[in-house]
Amino acid sequence: MIKSELVQRIAAANPHLFHRDVERIVNVIFDEIVGALSRGERVELRGFGAFTVKHRAAREGRNPRTGASVSVAEKYVPFFKTGKELRDRLNAPSKEA
Amino acid sequence: MSGKTLTRADLADAVVRQVGLPRNESQALVELVLKEISSCLAGGEPVKLSSFGSFGIRKKGERIGRNPKTGEEVPITPRSVLVFRPSNIMKERINTGLLKRKSS
Repeated sequence: MIKSELVQRIAAANPHLFHRDVERIVNVIFDEIVGALSRGERVELRGFGAFTVKHRAAREGRNPRTGASVSVAEKYVPFFKTGKELRDRLNAPSKEA
Repeated sequence: MSGKTLTRADLADAVVRQVGLPRNESQALVELVLKEISSCLAGGEPVKLSSFGSFGIRKKGERIGRNPKTGEEVPITPRSVLVFRPSNIMKERINTGLLKRKSS
């Protein structure tokens, strides 16, 4: 499923909303998640999962082809941990058969 | 890092503020978005959200684990795990946002 299909499904369940509003709603939700993470906050959605940010310190890396050492700057990377309920659903016996 | 944690309620608030829908309807929409993504993944289909990231499913085979307390070997059953790959846009926004805060 891609974003436009997600919008489609939400719109189908909410016939009173304009399609473009559904699109905005979906964008606002994901934008809010990214906004929170970029302020250093975490986002916890029970049953679904949690988004956190991890810090990676600067380090000396190596170009694997030439062996030349290059400095890699510190960075922050987003991380997602699947929630318990969703993890259990992924492994529900019904669809693995 | 400010220790704040956002929840469903904060996402619903954002919809109230930015789209102008009533709170209960906004809450229902946030819930529906998460539900649609979850059912899609539970059905084994990956979800790709441009400018946000993609959720994929990886199948893990059986392997031998060890109970760290007793040292006893136990088989870990094959399972599916969810992996999230952030988009470059998301990585970029988080990285620039946090590096700027750090230096200020």
